[in-house]
Amino acid sequence: MNDTPTLTPAESAVDRAGAGGAPRPARSIPEHIVEVISDSGEGAQRCGQSLAAVAARMGNGIWTTEIIPAEIQPPARSVAGASGIRIRIGSQRVTNGGDQTDLVVAFNEQVLIGRVQAHELKPGATILLENMWRTHRDPAVVASYVKTVDALRRDGFDVHEVPLEERCRELVSDPRRGKNMFVLGMLCNLYGLDDALGREQIARIFGKKDDKVIRTNVALYEAGAAWGDANLPFRYRIPAQRSSQPQIVVNGNTAIALGVIASGMDICAMYPITPATSASHYLSEVFEKVGGLVHQAEDEIAACAFAIGASYAGKCAVTITSGPGYSLKQEAIGLAVMAEIPLVVVNVQRGGPSTGQPTKVEQGDLPAAVFGSHGDAPKVVMAPCSIEDCFYSVITARKIAETFGMVVVVLSDASLSTAQQPFPRPEFSEEWLAPPVDQTPVPAGAKPYDWDPVTGLSRRFQPGQPGGMHTLTGLAHDRASKVAYDPSINEEGLRARSLKLAALQKTLKPPPVFGGDSGDMLLVGWGSTMGAIEEAVTRLRADGLAVSSMHLRFVQPMPSGIREIFKRFRHVMTIEGNWSDRPDDELIDEDNRRYSALAMMLRARFLVDVDCWSEARGQPIKPGDICGAVRESMKRKGLAS
Amino acid sequence: MNRSLTQCVIKLHEEHHALEDYQGGVPRWCSGCGDNAILAAMQRLCSEEDLAPENTVFVSGIGCSSRLPHYMKTYGFHGIHGRAFPVAEGIKMARPDLNVFVSTGDGDCCSIGAAHWIHAIRYNMNITVVLHDNHVYGLTKKQASPTSPRGFKSNTTPYGATLAPMNPLTVTLGVQGASFVAQGVDWVPEALYDIMLAAFRHRGFSFVRILQRCPEFMPKAFDPWLHDPQRTMLLTHRDGLQLSPSLSSAYRNQLAHDPLDIDRAREIASVDDPIPVGVLYRNPDAPCYEDLRHAGQMRSPEYIRAGLNRELDKYTVWPDEAAQTERAA
Repeated sequence: MNDTPTLTPAESAVDRAGAGGAPRPARSIPEHIVEVISDSGEGAQRCGQSLAAVAARMGNGIWTTEIIPAEIQPPARSVAGASGIRIRIGSQRVTNGGDQTDLVVAFNEQVLIGRVQAHELKPGATILLENMWRTHRDPAVVASYVKTVDALRRDGFDVHEVPLEERCRELVSDPRRGKNMFVLGMLCNLYGLDDALGREQIARIFGKKDDKVIRTNVALYEAGAAWGDANLPFRYRIPAQRSSQPQIVVNGNTAIALGVIASGMDICAMYPITPATSASHYLSEVFEKVGGLVHQAEDEIAACAFAIGASYAGKCAVTITSGPGYSLKQEAIGLAVMAEIPLVVVNVQRGGPSTGQPTKVEQGDLPAAVFGSHGDAPKVVMAPCSIEDCFYSVITARKIAETFGMVVVVLSDASLSTAQQPFPRPEFSEEWLAPPVDQTPVPAGAKPYDWDPVTGLSRRFQPGQPGGMHTLTGLAHDRASKVAYDPSINEEGLRARSLKLAALQKTLKPPPVFGGDSGDMLLVGWGSTMGAIEEAVTRLRADGLAVSSMHLRFVQPMPSGIREIFKRFRHVMTIEGNWSDRPDDELIDEDNRRYSALAMMLRARFLVDVDCWSEARGQPIKPGDICGAVRESMKRKGLAS
Repeated sequence: MNRSLTQCVIKLHEEHHALEDYQGGVPRWCSGCGDNAILAAMQRLCSEEDLAPENTVFVSGIGCSSRLPHYMKTYGFHGIHGRAFPVAEGIKMARPDLNVFVSTGDGDCCSIGAAHWIHAIRYNMNITVVLHDNHVYGLTKKQASPTSPRGFKSNTTPYGATLAPMNPLTVTLGVQGASFVAQGVDWVPEALYDIMLAAFRHRGFSFVRILQRCPEFMPKAFDPWLHDPQRTMLLTHRDGLQLSPSLSSAYRNQLAHDPLDIDRAREIASVDDPIPVGVLYRNPDAPCYEDLRHAGQMRSPEYIRAGLNRELDKYTVWPDEAAQTERAA
């Protein structure tokens, strides 16, 4: 903990309101959605992450969503260049980014325009806007600023101009690099967050730099807090309740990397790709300190093949990628399936096909994960549904891969990759780890693919084991790993590899149903959308609709019990972040409609008329949009008015 | 590898492996295929070096060359086309204690696996590579390969191959990190064995290109060289190939070449007639990737637990131990 500065007990500051000044009445609210947006490089994300961290330390529920421009350095003051972060702060646990923003801090009016146009701000939302543009030397900039502010006010937004540049210039020579901490101070003050925690957060951020840097940023923070205290006419309080359990706050990619460490895997082979790379960045920094290794391969195929080689010769290895990289790995994944080499493949999904939307979320890779690779290539497909689940999924994936000699695909996505959410600090268990590499002699006559007739399982022979020598091959092979020239042997292998999925399936528990056990409508989701779906269900049920939801963490194989759950609902509809044909389109009918991936799989397996509602806008699905879609669907069915 | 005499005697007594210990399935290569010469040399090498079969892995891709692991009685990994190098690298990284060989061909290595080949040279892992170069795709039945001579008529180049052939030796010698480059020919088996042995004993990425006849699809490719020993040039050096009297009298075209001299190696490599045979380049000091990355570390559960907890400490928001300690004090 030597890099963790001292934390002042929070209780002493919870009632900071009014400390040292005339108290303004703080309105108590259950939650607020805050955004900080700027040009790329102005530190809005760091500001927002810090705000979230401080709120989490206070005991608030948080969920952060990063707003990422596609380019590294988009033009300054551009609509498309908006870079920032949305922080949803709540009294209770927060499971998703929510609907629309209540309060936004914008470093210029251009980055704000895009957010307004995309309806990301709540009608009448509070806007705190940098006012330096009003007196800019370029009259065009001034005109644009004035026009935008007038329009926003006309549209009912509550715009407050803030002298960010002016005030920061009193403390630093380059306010561009200091505004974010000023804003952090202002926001902490506005939400009555603990000043000591705020200052300490700055020490954490700049911990590696010298004291002067920390002092300067603390001064900016304090100036922001003082300005807000003196000038903003409102003030909020979001009651917080600290959990009795220790909590950690990380994003999904960090959780995956921590899961890799905790699973006892030794090797991660990867190739840089957005939005997966940050998991490997973090692993690169820390994995070697625990005896592991990140290999940046020359390409995605090599990364997968390297991981397969490492798995074959030792403990199960992992490769981390995103859509295009996943496509490239398909042949190698097929080899691991054929040769029954354990392998964990993490796919942090982004928009597709092709290069698609590298920084945006989509759940479009489910069919590639389940059905990918030529031939019959059964794989396990898991989908973490929260930040916490990102951590535990990797541990489970490693264990399944090794136990069943299978490829396990973990489908995360761009939403989970950067979202932060507190969860109970994991307590390490030795059971998470892989056993040491088996080097005991193989009994005479034992075969490397001695498939069990019921489960399809066989014991894996590893190099170094005397008596286990055989040549593993991607060709169809018999129990002795000899190339199969006999047609019946090919089927024997196919059967065994397929049976392993069934053997795993028998160990899976039926997914819990959220809401009521039966009703009019069951929503089914997978992956990152769980929080939004369950929040929608809660809202719809509060409105009297008989809606429940079920979330799949295992998509392949699917657990037992789903058929029985379906029977208890009149209608079933999947909610997915991918494409499905819109039933209203002129040419679309039941003979040609392409359903969302999970809907297709459920329809095929359960012969139930599963509908789907999907969205592929590159944004996390909002609970309000789900509510709207479900209401609409139920209205058409006469189940809602 | 340099055991003392006493150790050798003990080894011979306790766990010497005979040639049969490395002989796997009956080769299904065509009769007269040069691959048989490579296999024979490889089995002899394993036996003479007394490699424990269970600690030896032959990795291959796809093609006639890549059938070799099936004919060894060691561990073998017959994977997918072009990807033998990254598989072998993963094996070596996970288990630096294993003897890792790669058996590849001119299509597998120089065409579909070319990217991996270039980077495998850079990584310089301690892997021994034999490139079976017969200038043609055999398993898919006669298509031009990157090393096919210009004008070669094949099923995909019925009017003759249009491009000049690639020279795998100059390519390898052109990559930063190259540490061992040699060339052998199937028609001089004695030299072939010595070269492969030198390759195996070199610690690093040892690349041996072996010109090898395909009696089925390129039967006459090397005839001019076979008929005229003067067109095979043996590279001799005390750190490279040392010729027996009989070999020396059969192949009179000899060139003294110091394998440490990379400029000279590149010059020799670019000559295709006479064909140079021997060790072109050897840099015993080139670092191996697995050493640079500290591969094969021992990890205990306690070590992992401590490391994980160290990381979790960084992200723990509540309770904060430091704060609690302070409050207690």
